[in-house]
Amino acid sequence: MHQGPAVALFSIFVVVTLAITAWFGRQRRGSTEDFYAGGRLFSPLENGFAIAGDYMSAASFLGISGLIALYGYDGMLYSVGFLVAWLVVLFLVAELVRNCGRFTLADVLVARLRERPVRRAAGISSVTVSVLYLVAQMVGAGSLVSLLLGGTDGRARTWTVVGVGALMVVYVSLGGMRATTWIQIVKAVLLMGGTTVLAALVLLRFHGDVSQLLTTAADHSGHGRAFLAPGLKYGRDLTSRLDFLSLALALVLGTAGLPHILSRFYTVPTARAARRSVIWSIGLIGGFYLMTIVLGFGAAAVLGSSAVRAANPAGNTAVPLLALELGGGSDSMGGTILFAVVAAVAFATILAVVAGVTLASSASVAHDLYASLSRRRAVGHRRSRPRSEVAVARTAAACTGAVAIGLGLLAQNLNVAFLVGLAFAVAASANLPVLLYSLFWPRFTTRGAVWSVYGGLVPALALVVFSPVVSGAPDAVFPGLDFRLFPLDNPGLVSVPLGFLAGWLGTLTSSEAPDAAGHAEVEVRSLTGAGAA
Amino acid sequence: MEKSQRRDAVTVRLTDAHRAGKAGAGAGGEPDGPVRDPSGIYREVQGSAVFREVRRRYRRFAFPATAAFLAWYLAYVLTAIAAPEVMARPVTGALNVAILAGLAQFASTFLLAWAYARHARLRRDPAAQELRWAVTVETLRAGGLGQQRPALTSGRPPEGQAPGIVLPGQRRRGDRW
Repeated sequence: MHQGPAVALFSIFVVVTLAITAWFGRQRRGSTEDFYAGGRLFSPLENGFAIAGDYMSAASFLGISGLIALYGYDGMLYSVGFLVAWLVVLFLVAELVRNCGRFTLADVLVARLRERPVRRAAGISSVTVSVLYLVAQMVGAGSLVSLLLGGTDGRARTWTVVGVGALMVVYVSLGGMRATTWIQIVKAVLLMGGTTVLAALVLLRFHGDVSQLLTTAADHSGHGRAFLAPGLKYGRDLTSRLDFLSLALALVLGTAGLPHILSRFYTVPTARAARRSVIWSIGLIGGFYLMTIVLGFGAAAVLGSSAVRAANPAGNTAVPLLALELGGGSDSMGGTILFAVVAAVAFATILAVVAGVTLASSASVAHDLYASLSRRRAVGHRRSRPRSEVAVARTAAACTGAVAIGLGLLAQNLNVAFLVGLAFAVAASANLPVLLYSLFWPRFTTRGAVWSVYGGLVPALALVVFSPVVSGAPDAVFPGLDFRLFPLDNPGLVSVPLGFLAGWLGTLTSSEAPDAAGHAEVEVRSLTGAGAA
Repeated sequence: MEKSQRRDAVTVRLTDAHRAGKAGAGAGGEPDGPVRDPSGIYREVQGSAVFREVRRRYRRFAFPATAAFLAWYLAYVLTAIAAPEVMARPVTGALNVAILAGLAQFASTFLLAWAYARHARLRRDPAAQELRWAVTVETLRAGGLGQQRPALTSGRPPEGQAPGIVLPGQRRRGDRW
């Protein structure tokens, strides 16, 4: 009987976010600058919170803590990978992308490469990454609701996926980047607040003694000291260890290729502001992932791993159950309130993330794919018809929502963490190599860029189709069939090097001479901010 | 807004003699794209000593730092899968090597982020800002008034010749980070 307050709090969040959307929808000016980049006038602090709100997904909040509660140290590796990835973004990507691009990844590339093929390739890979990421969040929302409402009611799940999809389309198509940003800021504040309260309660229970927390967690995990050491989840055999390495690679390199993260740098006026927003977000995200570690070990210590596993085999309910227990148990006022807060925060998290991803996806469709398909709009005419491009983007947001709802319903039984890992792997294989080459390699050519994108994208997707996730394993999508050829769940270990290799080969075999003037322009613009949008 | 206040402080001047050397170098023949760098200003700046100093400072921090943290992260991951017994060794209380190394990853990330921001603010931002202003002025002069600068000679700008460009002071008022 503790769902009532959770539903009430969540309804309040939905009303607030719709009010934000209505407010910014009313004063919208309809320019592409406004719709994709929120007018580029957010402060570094605001953008730092929005980046954190865009990045910290429910998979992190519920999933990582759950993995730590079940597998101890092996779950903690996610927290580390998700944070360290931000150094790639800070050092190599954020400022340069802000200076060279306007709205999307492709904008950076076409500053020195031929427009149409590159825009099409980067658009396709960006939309692919976004849709994979969206499906993961939709599936997560569905499972969260069935967990909270008790039981696995299929109707509640379906309606949640449809509802989340409808809300994100409303946020994005009516509110654009301004509304999306403020929803993400509100969510980041709620998520940081909720996590801090829970982590503080865990530490208070153990009198601030981390060593005692870890010892109790190890004792109640059923694994003893092994709980605090590597190997419980990824130590069985060579394949599972390689799978772990593959995932680690995808996590650390994927963040810098996520379209919804790249688009956040365009919402601030200068590269320096982009840098400062990343510094803010590293502080917030680092603090958050440190607290997920406390929550994970706290759940193991307070509840015990077997109780966590009994409630949900994947551990996704560890944090809500921990909140219930820390508040005083399921019959107490405090427990009910804390549980409601955690549930509402998790919903808010999902909504804010899907809004950001939908916006990035609609930008890729309207600004890259649509523009490169309609021939004459590609050069020069875009500026004169900004309203029509925004209209296309709004339609694209609705289509993205429909696709994500459909796939989210189909993929309901897929593991959420796997889907997120896959989105990161595709981003690291298809988007990061082309971005780094075009920023730093003078000889890079259009053919290199196109090969690099498809040379990362196609292997990443193909390896997944032939992996144990799709066939040949008991928990696969088609457990009855067996056409697996690739042993690992995550393709990153193979597809990321392939993306870099394809870009290199494409450039070497290209008949086109390197565009020295284009490279000079990109280099000067990226490091000085001259001519930045 | 920021730029107009800084008009007086501009120290970058591109002399006429230098400019005459590079016009026409910028047209990178693009069949389906706009003509790149019509005024040649980007080639000119790219060859200047100030820009090369900015680029050198950026790369001398960003590239080794990237290599270092990637190596440290991979070492952390590889040790966990190749030598789990090393990671399981207790250090103090319940803390073992694995947990401490994980926390050290957090600490090194925070530290490197801070160091990068500080380096960029003190060593790169002022000169980059001056260059940005110089390019903006040149671009306006070349194209903004509706006339192209004449192509006097062909060829690239003389390497290393960076007339009149001086590195501005290391610190700027009101700058944080």
